[in-house]
Amino acid sequence: MLKDEDRIFQNLYNDRGSDVESSKKRGDWTNTKDLILKGRDWIINEVKISELRGRGGAGFPTGLKWSFAPKEIGLRPHYLVINGDESEPGTCKDRDILRFEPHKLIEGCLITSYAVNAHVCYIYIRGEYFVDGQKLQLAIDEAYEKKLIGKNASGTGWDLDIYIHYGAGAYICGEETALLESIEGKKGQPRLKPPFPALIGLYGCPTIINNVETIAVVPTILRRSGKWFASLGKTKNTGTKIFCISGNVNNPCNVEEEMSISLRDLIETHAGGVIGGWDNLKAVIPGGSSMPLIPKKTCETLTMDFDSLVAEKSGLGTAGIVVINKDQDIIKCMARIARFYKHESCGQCTPCREGTGWMWRMLERMTKGEASKDEVSMLGDVTNQIAGHTICAFGEGSSWPVQGLLRHFKKEIEKRNNFSPTFDKGKNIPYLIDQHLLNKKDA
Amino acid sequence: MSLRKPSKEQPENFKFTSSSLEAAKEIIGKYPKGKQQSSVMALLYIAQKQNNNWIPLAAMKYIGKFLDMPYIKVYEVATFYTMYNLAPVGKYFIQVCTTTPCMIRGAYKLVEACKEKITEKENELSEDKSCSWMEVECLGACVNAPMMQINDDYFEDLNKEKTLKILDEILDGKIPKPGSYRGRINNEPENSRKTLMDLKDA
Repeated sequence: MLKDEDRIFQNLYNDRGSDVESSKKRGDWTNTKDLILKGRDWIINEVKISELRGRGGAGFPTGLKWSFAPKEIGLRPHYLVINGDESEPGTCKDRDILRFEPHKLIEGCLITSYAVNAHVCYIYIRGEYFVDGQKLQLAIDEAYEKKLIGKNASGTGWDLDIYIHYGAGAYICGEETALLESIEGKKGQPRLKPPFPALIGLYGCPTIINNVETIAVVPTILRRSGKWFASLGKTKNTGTKIFCISGNVNNPCNVEEEMSISLRDLIETHAGGVIGGWDNLKAVIPGGSSMPLIPKKTCETLTMDFDSLVAEKSGLGTAGIVVINKDQDIIKCMARIARFYKHESCGQCTPCREGTGWMWRMLERMTKGEASKDEVSMLGDVTNQIAGHTICAFGEGSSWPVQGLLRHFKKEIEKRNNFSPTFDKGKNIPYLIDQHLLNKKDA
Repeated sequence: MSLRKPSKEQPENFKFTSSSLEAAKEIIGKYPKGKQQSSVMALLYIAQKQNNNWIPLAAMKYIGKFLDMPYIKVYEVATFYTMYNLAPVGKYFIQVCTTTPCMIRGAYKLVEACKEKITEKENELSEDKSCSWMEVECLGACVNAPMMQINDDYFEDLNKEKTLKILDEILDGKIPKPGSYRGRINNEPENSRKTLMDLKDA
C-alpha cells in the first residue's frame, strides 16, 4: 500500500477543509514563484522525467503534449483548457478534486499556463457539478484576492485569468475538440483532427487541453521532483492515481493508490471486497464504461496500469472500476451501457448515430432471449462497422464494451439466444422471417 | 441521440430581468471581444432559472438578438444539451441516475419510489404541480450509488425507503439535506478506511 506521505491528494475525503489557508498548510502555494522562475524548459522537462500520462482516459504523455505548443506567442494568444466534463460511467474522481482540492488545480493551472504561454485558462465543468463548480469558484476568488492568480500572479510577473465554463449534460463534450466547440458556444460535435488543438484550438488559437487530475498533480511533481513521481509504479506507468471503485463491492470508495497496484488488492483492501466474496465476482470494467470488461479469471493477477490492461485487450481509461458480481445479469449491464452510448452519441457520424441504437436494441433483445443464434456474431459485425469509422473516439468507446462482452461471455449469450431463425412449422419462433410472404399459420 | 421537443404551449415574450441582465453581462466579459457567442450556454442557464426552470422559444430568440447570433444557432445549442428543459418541469426537478454502476446497486428501486410518489410517467408534473422526475444518464457520483439529483443538489447512497422519505419531505414543501444518506463522509470507504488516518483522527 502507498505510504500516506506519498499521497498527492491529502484532502481527498475533506478532513481538513478546502480553503486557501488549509491548503497552504498541506503545502500548496508554498514556493510557486520559485518553481515558475526556474523556467519553461525546466518545468516541461521535469514533467517529462516524471513520465506523467494524461489522466483523462487516453494516457497521452503530458510533457510531450505541452511541448507541442508554440514556443513563442505569435499573433494569436494561447489558451489552457481544463477538461472537467467527467461523465464516464464509473468515474467520479474529478469531482472530489474540484470540491476538496481546488487549490491544487488552480496552482497547477498557473504553472501549466506559464509553461505553455497561456494568459487565459478555461475550466470546463459538467453542468451537473454546479455545486462543486461553485466551490471551485470560491477557491478561484480566494486566489484572486490573495494575488495568487490575476495580474502578476504570485509575484512571477505572469498574468493569468481563470474562468469556469459550465457544460450542460453532454458526455461527448469530454472529447477535447467537442469541448472546444462547446466553449465557443456551439453544439458539442467533435472536429476532425488534424489540425490538433495544440496548433489550432479554441477560437483557432493554440490550445492545450488537460484533464483535471493531470493538472492537479503537476505542482506536487515539481515540488518533489519528477524522479520521485517516476519512482512510483512501473516505467511508463508512473505515479499515483485516484481509483474509483463502484458497483458490487462492500465499501465503494475513491482512493489514491500507486499505479500498477493489483486489482484484487485494490478491491479487497480498500473497497471491502466483492459482495458475496471474491468467488462471487463475475467481471470487472477496469476503466470507465468505454473499456472492455475483464472476466474473473484475469482479475486474479491483473495489475492496474495503462500497458498491462492494453495487454489484456482493455485499458486503464479513467480508472473507474465497476465491479459486477454473479447476482447481476451481465448482458443486461452491457445493454444499459449501450443505452447510455445511444443517448450520448452526438449524431455527427452515421455509423455511430445509427450503430449505437442498433447495439442497444440487439442487446436488449438478447437480455430477454429474443435474438437468434446468428445475431450474436452479427452484433460483433456491427461493432466493427462503428469502431474506427467515426470522427472521434466515441465510436471505439461505444463498441469496445460490447466487443468485450462478446469476447468473454459469448457462450452465455448464445445459451440464452439459441434458436435458429430458419422457418419451421413446429417451432415457436418469436418473430417471422418475412412478414409479407408468410405467417405462422400458413407455413 | 436523445429526442427533444419544445413545449407546445409557449409564452409570447421573454425578457431578462435586471438581475439576469447584470449576470449575463458579467458572463460575456469572461470571453474575448467578438466571441460573445461563447456565453450562449451560460445565458440559457440564466433564462432557464428566470423562467421556472425551462426555456421557451421566445427566450432563445431573445438570447440570439442579445448575442448577435442567428436564432437557429441558439436553438441548436438548446436542443443539443440535455440539461436545458424545453418544456415545463416541476419546481423540484428530480433526476434519477440509472446507468450501470447505479443500476447494479438498485437504481430502479428509486425509480419505483418516484413512480409511487410523483407520477407514473417520466417528465410529467405531479398532482400539485410541484415535482417532476426523469431517468438520466450517469451523474458522476458512481461510488455513492444509487443516487439522484434534485435541482442542483446530489442525494447519495439511497435505497427505496430513504428515497420515499426524501420525496415526502419535498411534497410537504421542506428542503431535505443533500449528501450521503448512509452517514458516511464524502467518498471514503465506509467503516474500513485505511488511508490518511492521521488526518482523520487529528
